Amino acid sequence: MEARIIDRFRAVVGKRLITEVAQLRTYECDGLTNFRVLPQAVLLPETSAEVQAIVQICNQEKIPFVARGSGTGLSGGALPVDQGIVISLARMNHILEVDFGNARVVVEPGVINAEVTLRVAPEGFFYAPDPSSQSVCSIGGNVAENSGGAHCLKYGFTTTHVLGLEVVLPDGSLVHLGSTAVDRPGYDLPGVFVGSEGTLGIATKVVLRIVKKPEVIKTLLAAFNSTNEAGAAVSEIIAAGMLPAAIEMMDNLAIQAAEAAVHAGYPDCGGLLLVELDGPSAEVEELTKNVDAICTQCGAWEIRVAQSEAERAVIWKGRKAAFAAMGRISPNYIVQDGVIPRTALPKVLSEIERMSRAEGLRVANVFHAGDGNLHPLVLYDRAIAGQEERAFRLSIDILRLCIQCGGSITGEHGVGEEKKMMMSEMFAEPDLETMQLVRCAFDPGQLSNPGKVFPRLRLCAEKTGPYQPHPLEVAGVAQFF
Amino acid sequence: MSTPLSPRSATVSIETAWDEVRSIVGAEHIVPAKPQDAVDGIGPQMVVEPASQQEVAAVLKTAAVADLRVLPRGAGTKMEWGNPPRAGELILSTRRLNRVLEHAYGDMTATVEAGCNFQQVQDTLSAHGQRIALDPLWPDNATVGGVLAVNESGPLRARFGSLRDLIIGITLVLPDGTVAKSGGKVVKNVAGYDLPKLATGSLGTLGIITQAIFRLHPTPRESRTLTFSTANMTAASQFILAIQSSKLVPTGVQLRTGSSTSCEIDVRFEGTCAGCDCQTDQLLQMASGMTRIDPPGDIWKARETLWNGNSSAAVCKFTLLPTELQSFVERLTVMSVQKQTAWQLVSQAVGLGLLRLETPQPDSLTDVIQALRSVLESRGGSLSILSCPAEVKSKLDVWGSAGDAPPLMRSIKAQFDPRGILNPGRFIAGI
Ligand SMILES: Cc1cc2nc3c(=O)[nH]c(=O)nc-3n(C[C@H](O)[C@H](O)[C@H](O)COP(=O)(O)OP(=O)(O)OC[C@H]3O[C@@H](n4cnc5c(N)ncnc54)[C@H](O)[C@@H]3O)c2cc1C
Repeated sequence: MEARIIDRFRAVVGKRLITEVAQLRTYECDGLTNFRVLPQAVLLPETSAEVQAIVQICNQEKIPFVARGSGTGLSGGALPVDQGIVISLARMNHILEVDFGNARVVVEPGVINAEVTLRVAPEGFFYAPDPSSQSVCSIGGNVAENSGGAHCLKYGFTTTHVLGLEVVLPDGSLVHLGSTAVDRPGYDLPGVFVGSEGTLGIATKVVLRIVKKPEVIKTLLAAFNSTNEAGAAVSEIIAAGMLPAAIEMMDNLAIQAAEAAVHAGYPDCGGLLLVELDGPSAEVEELTKNVDAICTQCGAWEIRVAQSEAERAVIWKGRKAAFAAMGRISPNYIVQDGVIPRTALPKVLSEIERMSRAEGLRVANVFHAGDGNLHPLVLYDRAIAGQEERAFRLSIDILRLCIQCGGSITGEHGVGEEKKMMMSEMFAEPDLETMQLVRCAFDPGQLSNPGKVFPRLRLCAEKTGPYQPHPLEVAGVAQFF
Repeated sequence: MSTPLSPRSATVSIETAWDEVRSIVGAEHIVPAKPQDAVDGIGPQMVVEPASQQEVAAVLKTAAVADLRVLPRGAGTKMEWGNPPRAGELILSTRRLNRVLEHAYGDMTATVEAGCNFQQVQDTLSAHGQRIALDPLWPDNATVGGVLAVNESGPLRARFGSLRDLIIGITLVLPDGTVAKSGGKVVKNVAGYDLPKLATGSLGTLGIITQAIFRLHPTPRESRTLTFSTANMTAASQFILAIQSSKLVPTGVQLRTGSSTSCEIDVRFEGTCAGCDCQTDQLLQMASGMTRIDPPGDIWKARETLWNGNSSAAVCKFTLLPTELQSFVERLTVMSVQKQTAWQLVSQAVGLGLLRLETPQPDSLTDVIQALRSVLESRGGSLSILSCPAEVKSKLDVWGSAGDAPPLMRSIKAQFDPRGILNPGRFIAGI
């Protein structure tokens, strides 16, 4: 990158600019470490105005930029782009306002997810979206990925909890999407921005909704011989008209790994179900009994209800540590994130088992069973020639299976770099073209995290369909709007 | 409000276009418009009723080539919402797109066509004990597409959120005939941009919604409604805020009040019998200063009564921070004295509501709306007009301010509908 441009950046952020190769290495990948690109520079702004000034320079100099929160993303979303810079929001980490009366919190994007709950818990509130990475991931990253978590079954994903945003658009202008109140007139811009994976601009402030803690929480652990039996119990629970706060499932391999890592005391079984019910005490009591009965009926041979907050915490610790725990049972692994209609669960799980056997690679399953969000973990050893490619192929084939069953290639980790080629298998060309219209409206110059999400770049000047630009428009005499 | 300069360059005569539309939908499904088809005084020429999304696409393509402006319509219950269109030659009715395509009850999702009657969809879903957890205005008449286009929601919002929390997939037909799907049939899905949310509340300005996929909720086993009355707005407001910050989980908390009525508060619990019982007990303890009364009729449809009576009134939607409801009502009270305004409101505790305003002269109605709007907007809220006399609409933008977002909204519109043929001028910021 030209020294002149570096100087311009330095004029904005001073010493909070990294250009040393050794230091840049920290930023060359996110949680998906098999993709790596060295950025030209990393900038650490502390204010919206600084972000704006940086993006304005990028716009003038046509330099692509990638926003980065904590770098825990699992789809390569924060992977730098060639010849581009990284804008880290890590230093914009203040909780700006807390309004308990209206259950609103205003935060900077670098605030860590768990810190929001920590801050509001004394008043009996929590921030509901709880990705397993919540102790490290940032709200900005959550917004970009529309992150989920175990409790999203009942409480909704990040998008449900984002009311408003301050955003620096890729042309360097500052714009406010949504508001502190609901239903701002006009297009639902927060709705489009959340989940856009850093491709529509940089969030510099976020208005979040917080939620009252329920009166009672009951966490129940049920051990089955197989994931099929556990899956049948999930269907029965839902069919009985219940909406638990969370329904999570782990197969035997996942249980072994979690046990090795955190000693959660899980029963050694073929399929473990973790059901959490919350709400008014009388209701939770009654529903816990119902869930217990359904699980027994479906073949559960051990059912435990957490007797204290400490017991509950241990149960969750095991579940939340499951990805990282794979390191205990395999040198390498790939985390996938497919979604299927819940009723397809038994079919998909047996098919994954068959594919795993055929490929000779183990697959562990940990998932949000209530909403059909699978996290197959494909275990392999990079040291064995050819295994990594096979593992990658298997993980992609699992996503294909999800698409065939009417599902999705990603439930919460995002498309990013990793799954962009799969977008053409899930969507038809006109679907993708239409999504790109949004991209062109926000970022006609394609500077904000370019090359992610979509299988190819689209030139925004390109007109689709049978229409040609009007001659007056071409001559610059008339403009649309 | 600036009027965009729309280059018109019809390459096909209007007569040829109507012939083409006739051949697409069949002669019996394109009929000359009647006076009652006019939208805010703009009288279209034809009403077209396509039967499939392919037909919608073909009609739109034809319209675009002939520069016919298209006013999409469901059952027509809310055609007066929005600014007057700048023009409109063709009403595209979704009336014949009326099939429930799939109720995947095991997965708790449903795929429906946009012209489906909202209540009929609910009746179909109830066969398996499920529902779309939304209670829009006039469900017996309204279509799913229309409810989506205006982003309508009712009291159930207290627990289940609004349409943006319930819609998981959409099919849109763009003005160039592109049929685009986004989202899908699974409740959790982050593949690509969230166009279901973009289309929700876009008033038909980006494309014609032909299909929508919803996540469903179980129909509750039990439902309890309690109504309380008090003459004191401070007490009413404190009661509502206390419910909001308690551990209760109501599926409706509503305030009904007006210039000549006291405050009535409705609270609903749904779920198991035991859950409803114990929450009712807790609520009654909190309601010590209130008088419990029998609910006067179907109070969960009270919003609809705001349209009853004299057509010289305005009905508006307001949004605000929940804690500001009391000061808003106090301001209304002051205003009703100063400007002789009669008002009536039905407000949901989550921070939005409908307000009916009536003044002796339309001029003062305009002043009152403007004054209320500026108060609400200065605090992050909004006031948009749903229905009002034509004179008021000629003086006021019905939507109010979109802050600093209009340039971005206009560029989205320009990408989706570059020729500006869909509902031109009816939406916010001249869109
Ligand atoms: C062990 C582990 C467990 C996980 N569990 C879950 C889980 O349960 N559920 C889940 O949903 N995810 C999970 N994840 C994935 C990841 O933690 C989430 O995607 C998280 O939201 C990423 O946040 P981050 O701050 O690390 O973002 P990054 O990885 O830094 O960035 C993610 C994306 O956000 C963009 N971005 C970051 N900040 C901004 C901003 N301010 N404005 C615009 N764009 C921005 C980036 O460009 C990038 O595209 C897990 C990851 C790990 C490593």
